[in-house]
Amino acid sequence: MYDVAVIGAGVVGAFCARELKKYDLDVVVAESADDVAAGASRANSGIVHAGFDAPAGSLKAKFNLEGNRLMEEVCRELGVKFYRNGSLVLAGKGQEEQLRALFERGIQNGVTGLRIVGREELAAMEPNVAEGAQSALYAPTGGIVCPYGLTIAAMGNAMDNGAALECGFKAVSAERCKGGWTLHAASGKTLSARIVINCAGYGSEQVAALFGDSSFRIGARKGEYMLLDRSCGGFVRHTMFSLPTAAGKGVLLTPTADGNVLVGPTSVEQAEYDTSVRREGFDDIRAKACLLMKDIPFSQTITSFAGVRAYSDRHDFIVEWSAACEGLFHVAGIESPGLTSAPALGAYAAKQVAEKLGAGKNSTFDPVRRPQHWFRSLTDEEKNEVIARRPEYGKIVCRCEEVTLGEIVDAMRTNPPARTLDGIKLRTRAGMGRCQSGFCQPGVFDILRSEYGLQADEVTKNGGKSFVIAGGEL
Amino acid sequence: MKRDLVIIGGGPAGLAAAIAAYDKGVRDILVVERESRPGGILKQCIHNGFGLTRFKESMTGPEYAQRFIDEAEKRKIEILTDTFVTRLTDKKEVTCMNERGIFTIQARAVILAMGCRERSKGALNIAGTRPAGLFSAGTAQKYVNLYGMLPGKRVVILGSGDIGLIMARRMTLEGAKVLCVCEIRPHSSGLRRNIAQCLDDFGIPLYLQHTIVEIRGKERVEGVVVAAVDKDKRPIAGTEKVFECDTVLFSVGLIPENELTKGAGIPLDGRTKGCTVDGDRETQAEGIFACGNVLHVHDLVDFVSEEAEIAGSAAAEYLFGGERQKRLIPVQAGQNVSYVLPQRLDAASESPQKLYFRVTGAIKNAVVRVEGGDGVREWKKIAVAPGEMEHITLPPAYFREAEGLCVSVLAQEA
Ligand SMILES: Cc1cc2nc3c(=O)[nH]c(=O)nc-3n(C[C@H](O)[C@H](O)[C@H](O)COP(=O)(O)OP(=O)(O)OC[C@H]3O[C@@H](n4cnc5c(N)ncnc54)[C@H](O)[C@@H]3O)c2cc1C
Ligand SMILES: Cc1cc2nc3c(=O)[nH]c(=O)nc-3n(C[C@H](O)[C@H](O)[C@H](O)COP(=O)(O)OP(=O)(O)OC[C@H]3O[C@@H](n4cnc5c(N)ncnc54)[C@H](O)[C@@H]3O)c2cc1C
Repeated sequence: MYDVAVIGAGVVGAFCARELKKYDLDVVVAESADDVAAGASRANSGIVHAGFDAPAGSLKAKFNLEGNRLMEEVCRELGVKFYRNGSLVLAGKGQEEQLRALFERGIQNGVTGLRIVGREELAAMEPNVAEGAQSALYAPTGGIVCPYGLTIAAMGNAMDNGAALECGFKAVSAERCKGGWTLHAASGKTLSARIVINCAGYGSEQVAALFGDSSFRIGARKGEYMLLDRSCGGFVRHTMFSLPTAAGKGVLLTPTADGNVLVGPTSVEQAEYDTSVRREGFDDIRAKACLLMKDIPFSQTITSFAGVRAYSDRHDFIVEWSAACEGLFHVAGIESPGLTSAPALGAYAAKQVAEKLGAGKNSTFDPVRRPQHWFRSLTDEEKNEVIARRPEYGKIVCRCEEVTLGEIVDAMRTNPPARTLDGIKLRTRAGMGRCQSGFCQPGVFDILRSEYGLQADEVTKNGGKSFVIAGGEL
Repeated sequence: MKRDLVIIGGGPAGLAAAIAAYDKGVRDILVVERESRPGGILKQCIHNGFGLTRFKESMTGPEYAQRFIDEAEKRKIEILTDTFVTRLTDKKEVTCMNERGIFTIQARAVILAMGCRERSKGALNIAGTRPAGLFSAGTAQKYVNLYGMLPGKRVVILGSGDIGLIMARRMTLEGAKVLCVCEIRPHSSGLRRNIAQCLDDFGIPLYLQHTIVEIRGKERVEGVVVAAVDKDKRPIAGTEKVFECDTVLFSVGLIPENELTKGAGIPLDGRTKGCTVDGDRETQAEGIFACGNVLHVHDLVDFVSEEAEIAGSAAAEYLFGGERQKRLIPVQAGQNVSYVLPQRLDAASESPQKLYFRVTGAIKNAVVRVEGGDGVREWKKIAVAPGEMEHITLPPAYFREAEGLCVSVLAQEA
């Protein structure tokens, strides 16, 4: 029996696991997909929000501010790239008052460094800013981070410190057992724990229901994006927002931590979880993005995708012990700014659980993980030293992102291990460049086969039945 | 490390350039190739039809490549395989990476022969899901021809580029059902002979002015929605048809692989996406030449070899004689012409100059017109199409006094 079972390996579940391992606790993470970061944590804007947007006094505001403060150190420990590139909320003629109100709210929330800049300064900060933008709220504490990179690193660090990860474990029922709960998966597997933390994102309403808790509803709102090639990297430096409306933060335009330009998201209410993109979505993005920047290089689009916001009917985060059921803690309804808040949410949930179980500190916890993409940040001399020891670091497999065989092999042998094409892609960037895996896919396919001894028709894109080869061997 | 001539890419262009430079007397040649074997994209093109123009016989891609590999071997030209060029400067410093490490070569001349890559589906912004089963046609070709694996059994192909057409036939022969090829434009971008031999012979429909508007399927592709488009390439509501399939191949264009070139700050032509070159195939960086698909996308490898020989010989001349005095004049693409190559011509040249060009749309009974030199020259062509590169040859007397030339293609008046 584990001390704690975390359901869901998104960024929230990953940070819960990592923070729990700072205590003397046995932790398992149960994830229905075949890899971590399968839900909202894979497809979002990747913004570390400054915190001016959340309603004052809300849990969102509290955890956003706390998460933003923690992010720098967390990313340093986990070796994840994080940049405080600063955010700009643009206002046109006649919107000065709304901008002022946002500024006031930010001050109230405790955001530091906020300032309103005029057109001239704005144009100096962002030469390509749209003509209509007259002033802007500048938030220097806003930042960008790779969301799945952060999730993978947090989970990897939790595992390096002894947490277990059960992928392909979709919790479909829960029953009381002596001293805790037994979870049953769709696959027939079971696991038991004294405490369960519900971090199941869109699935968190269903997970609560497994325990007889129906205290909240989760809705789905899709957000579509277009991603531009790294060659557009210099086009924008800050994260560019328009003024928030009742519908949310609206379409933004931002550099990503890996140097691409991201435009989106749209906002589409949905009856169920669905990550397909729509033609109208592209039109919507283009139309709205033009209010932020001029001459956006849309011709450099390399891919488009969608993420689903899982929001609660309380319109705030749900971070609490279940009132309906003993031993269940919810970290649910984590919509934006959930990525930003994740380190703080994890720390808070872990503290609650550790107190409940009377767990002491884990004196052997090591917060440090080898940096992601460590190899590419080396100088040529340093790379040569690595290649001399491990020649596979001299063999480039993905030409667009220049990912080496060594990095791919490591992604399969480092926690949490990659087992699919997408798993390799999220960890190494192989296949994420301008050719979108046209060149390297067969190579990565071969590497996966030999590492795991798979047949040709067993390699998947992202687990389940997403087989790459569906026509068999000739 | 110092070398006289470094050639980046060991495909047909790189090999032919190396052989030509050798035959002009250059001995210190290094061809750098990132794959384990030379031959470039031809390694996976096991269909025949290569070499018809140059050798007057039909070969498979590997056979065609082998001729050049053999010739290079005969001359003991060094080909460094499994080595990736990661950086190039306009000072002709070539940085390479392989399992022995990273090293920089100072070359006296460089030939760019990196080939091209397929345009990805991502650039198309197709609505729907992103399941397994979406391949660029060349990737599927690699799985079938080099891996002996069939990507899927029911296939829809988007784009009528040559690779897509070839793969329609290939997958049919291997037992897959190809439901259709959709082409958004009113004409195919592939060779006429490929449409006849790869689609018509197998009863595979080609829907012109149609595109895929939605991809369906959760884990693996389950189907696509195809719709007709209007003249602005916008889908026409009400024309949607659903095709159940497990695989979609994309053959939507090739893009010269010029990341190294961009890194070196060498100017590119917005239309060809390759360097702007003169008749020697010399780029705007002195002593750096380009040929093959990295310069502009060719439909026939025969022309790649020819172009590579020009670049190889010119590089040799440069190595022995230094930069020649040139009087470069611009060559412009006129009416109905999408581009002309070379973009600049040495009017002081004593030899005839061949101009290659593509048209923007299909024209029957066409007249190719060149202006700007000694009068107006015209050539008649029975038919021209965007999928087929055309060429004409100008004698030195024509351009000696010219300040600039313009090539246009007109419909012949009845
Ligand atoms: C379009 C969009 C833009 C956003 N932009 C930002 C931003 O810029 N900044 C920011 O701070 N936040 C942003 N967010 C919010 C942020 O992405 C989320 O708050 C965060 O990713 C939520 O993480 P999570 O772990 O709660 O959920 P998820 O990442 O969805 O993880 C939940 C996991 O639970 C698993 N699961 C579900 N049911 C079960 C079950 N029964 N058994 C086992 N496992 C189960 C799922 O497979 C999934 O992996 C954005 C969100 C969206 C959708
Ligand atoms: C899939 C496909 C099918 C085709 N089918 C036909 C056909 O049926 N008939 C026909 O006549 N023509 C066909 N063609 C066209 C013809 O084969 C090409 O025009 C020809 O191969 C181009 O030669 P190349 O040397 O320019 O490029 P490639 O053959 O692409 O060779 C470029 C070489 O450069 C190497 N390289 C690139 N970058 C680097 C780097 N940074 N470091 C080291 N090495 C590098 C690559 O690995 C490759 O080997 C086809 C082309 C393609 C792409």
